[in-house]
Amino acid sequence: MILDGAREVDRIELSGDRDVVRARRRIADRMDALGARALRKTRFVTAVSEVARNAVVHGGGGVMTVYAFKSARIGIECRDRGPGIASIEQALSDGFSTTGSMGHGLGGAKRLSDAFEIDSRPGGGTVVRMLGSL
Amino acid sequence: MSSAAAIYPVEGVLLVSIRDDITDTDIVDLQDALSERIADESANGVVLDISGLEIVDTFVGRVLAQLTSIARLLDAETFVVGMRPAVAMTLVELGMYLPENRTALSLTHALAKMRQMRDE
Repeated sequence: MILDGAREVDRIELSGDRDVVRARRRIADRMDALGARALRKTRFVTAVSEVARNAVVHGGGGVMTVYAFKSARIGIECRDRGPGIASIEQALSDGFSTTGSMGHGLGGAKRLSDAFEIDSRPGGGTVVRMLGSL
Repeated sequence: MSSAAAIYPVEGVLLVSIRDDITDTDIVDLQDALSERIADESANGVVLDISGLEIVDTFVGRVLAQLTSIARLLDAETFVVGMRPAVAMTLVELGMYLPENRTALSLTHALAKMRQMRDE
């Protein structure tokens, strides 16, 4: 698991679109405090926004846990309470959407993060883990 | 619409300033409010100032593209100003090129380009 050896430092409840803004803000502030470069922060916070929105819109809400490392990285785990994703491969492909959006979201988050893991079972919710460098 | 976005009329152009804490609901409300204002005030242009936005994700990018298309159907040109370089690089990585959006570096540049277009 990509978060092995990391320490939990924050936890953000995701139940509405205000929480998506809160998750972005809290992670941007933490990356600023850690001295992250502007482009790295923008890329990772954009990825965070995509997975947080997915949890709220498709996952019936969830929780985002933030992790710190000894090295110059940050990690998150986003766990939702949704129906799960039937085909992860399909969900990660650009242009795929079950709700009429453009479908760049999850695949975009994968491209914008340094490491990306997704676990999902129909009926069992979805867990996304991502790493970003500072 | 909450205070996360404000619309100011300037020289027949609607200037829209978007704050970083805008939610998905706010931005959809902004799309509605702005479409009404373009028609009501016969605006000939819209300038979307996104200098306050630290990130533009796929949802916000899609709404910006839709706003431009709606404005065009209502005979108003849209300029996006103040995009941060890191935001532009991230949008391209996301595969969102916003081909319909005209961009300008600042409000002054956008107003000058619009005046030029009107005079041609």
